Amino acid sequence: MQEVLKQNIVEKRILAPRDSRKTIGNINVPNPRMVCRNVNVYYGDKQAIRNVSIDIGCNEVLAMIGPSGCGKSTFLRCLNRMNDTIDSCRVTGEILFDGRDIYDPSVDVVPLRAQVGMVFQKPNPFPKSIYENVAWAPKIHGIVESKSDTDEIVESSLQKAGLWEEVKDRLDQPGTGLSGGQQQRLCIARAIAVSPEVILMDEPCSALDPIATAKIEDLIEELRAQYTIAIVTHSMQQASRVSQRTAFFHLGDLIEVGTTETIFTKPSHQLTEDYITGRYG
Amino acid sequence: MSKSTTGSAARSSASSGRVKTIDIVNKGLKSRYRKEKRFRVYGLLSIIASAVFLAFLLSSIVFNGYSAFLQTYIKLDVPVKTGMINEQNPRRSDFQGIIKAAIRDYFPDVTERKDTRELYSIFSSGAAFQLREKVLKNPPEGDTTISLWVPADDDVDMLMKGHMKRDVPESERRLSDKQLRWIEKLETDKRIEKRFNTTFFTAGDSREPELAGIWGAVKGSFYTMIVTLVLSFPIGIAAAVYLEEFAPKNIATDFIEVNINNLAAVPSIVFGLLGLAVFLNFFGMPRSTPLVGGIVLMLMTLPTIIIASRAALKAVPPSIREAALGVGSSKLQVITGHVLPLALPGMLTGTIIGMAQALGETAPLLMIGMVAFIVDIPGGFTDPAAVMPVQIYLWADSPERAFVERTSAAIMVLLAFLVSMNAVAVIMRKRFERRW
Repeated sequence: MQEVLKQNIVEKRILAPRDSRKTIGNINVPNPRMVCRNVNVYYGDKQAIRNVSIDIGCNEVLAMIGPSGCGKSTFLRCLNRMNDTIDSCRVTGEILFDGRDIYDPSVDVVPLRAQVGMVFQKPNPFPKSIYENVAWAPKIHGIVESKSDTDEIVESSLQKAGLWEEVKDRLDQPGTGLSGGQQQRLCIARAIAVSPEVILMDEPCSALDPIATAKIEDLIEELRAQYTIAIVTHSMQQASRVSQRTAFFHLGDLIEVGTTETIFTKPSHQLTEDYITGRYG
Repeated sequence: MSKSTTGSAARSSASSGRVKTIDIVNKGLKSRYRKEKRFRVYGLLSIIASAVFLAFLLSSIVFNGYSAFLQTYIKLDVPVKTGMINEQNPRRSDFQGIIKAAIRDYFPDVTERKDTRELYSIFSSGAAFQLREKVLKNPPEGDTTISLWVPADDDVDMLMKGHMKRDVPESERRLSDKQLRWIEKLETDKRIEKRFNTTFFTAGDSREPELAGIWGAVKGSFYTMIVTLVLSFPIGIAAAVYLEEFAPKNIATDFIEVNINNLAAVPSIVFGLLGLAVFLNFFGMPRSTPLVGGIVLMLMTLPTIIIASRAALKAVPPSIREAALGVGSSKLQVITGHVLPLALPGMLTGTIIGMAQALGETAPLLMIGMVAFIVDIPGGFTDPAAVMPVQIYLWADSPERAFVERTSAAIMVLLAFLVSMNAVAVIMRKRFERRW
């Protein structure tokens, strides 16, 4: 890997060949929030992720891009062990969070998921009121004791998610009655209600129109000040707009990592260049 | 992909000028619509057929049974003199004798022993009980006359309702010419009339149709259903939740699943035999009681509830589970907070079906002795009781003509019970139903 890097520096803009499967670019960041090393994921006999190593820095937005089926969502779901729900799924390697391997048997997933929240591809508010949607997680974790505490958290979370002004008069109405974009922001409010440290977003805008997408993107930019965000996206424009670093996945391999600017202007790998220029994918 | 290629192929052939695609489509259109129409007609026909059968069934039940809601009563003035009532213990007075005396007073010209016996038999034996009740409630002071509307014998009742013809030869009817004459006398005196049959709705079973009521069976069914519901609902749902959400997928759970599915198809009398062998013989529980009946029916309804509940749990969208897990809910919190509330309407539907089955079940109850002739109205779960379907079976088996209409009336009561039970469940389901 070091050799490849050196080559890149010496002979400017000579792309790595298409069949090179080694990660190009600097996977390290000075102040990592999560550290992933040699992560392999198997679904039964099929290997979905091969030897992925990457750091996720504090207060940065890491975008993961790649063609369908490249394993970016699988990798994202490893970061808060959502893959545990799939029986045949097996994960090896290390994912360190606060210096502990989250796949260590001694780690409890419940507090882990409280710290590493998740927003899903399709807006999935609970079929309950808007208020209860946001209040659920603080309640089950025992963060709130009184009704006024809950009210406060609900209000601040909805405000952070930019939804408060739109829903403050109808908190008792079902969350499923909101528009798609509002639902997704409600889901983000639900995720940040327990003040997680990392928020994982799995194509959060794929079901939304451009205006709703723009709102969510603005929101991501604001949330970055407080949270670390990893976002999977199919939209390269979105990745370039919201992220500081970008990781490009291809068929289970992490092909290239770098600052978003580098990836989109001077990619080092042939596959990355082909993908971001829209030659396939 | 393949669609677009065939489409473009069709288009290119059309542009080459021989057969236009739209012509082929138009040609097939007619037969397509015909097929659709035929399908709709089949559906409509089957619905009409079932509606006709149902209407026929219901109307025949109502037609046969409505007359049981009326009962012929005869007005009797009973002279009660001092000395007739036992002073120390009024309960032991000879009420039958007092009634008989009153009847003789009303028909003074009947003197022969054989005739008087025939005369007494147009009155129900319940007359004495009615008098007894009245006297015990309101002990008479001195000589009085108590006016009573006493039930007529079932044969008289049948005659008054037109189920027995007066103009056939004496040997072909159950009432003699003399009895007919006495009845005519009562009719001219306006002392015989049809009234609403309260006995039917307040009494237990009886050998005399005019004294037989459904209330004992209604209460028996009620207690049995309570036992069944209280046991099968929580057990069924707990089993379904465990199997669906917690149990590992291995040979053991597969085996359990196959067995549950098979149990749903086991003939119900087998459950009755099981109840007889286990609950009555081994555990020595009381025979003929709603407690045992309810437990046996619980065994029968469990598979239905478990299967329906598992289907309801499976139907909860995985996105809801993921959402709940994603904010760090524990498995139990996901289930109690999100999955169960969403699955509850489906579970309730399964429970309704199971309970409706249990309510109409006869065979297993015969095995545990609920077919016994029980006159007393059960007061609890361990009192001997009959249930409605068994009561219907018993009455349908009785030779008296008057039991025919009571059988139909009992079916109507059973249906009313079923409808009200389902109504409660539907209202509850509506309340729990949420959309997502």
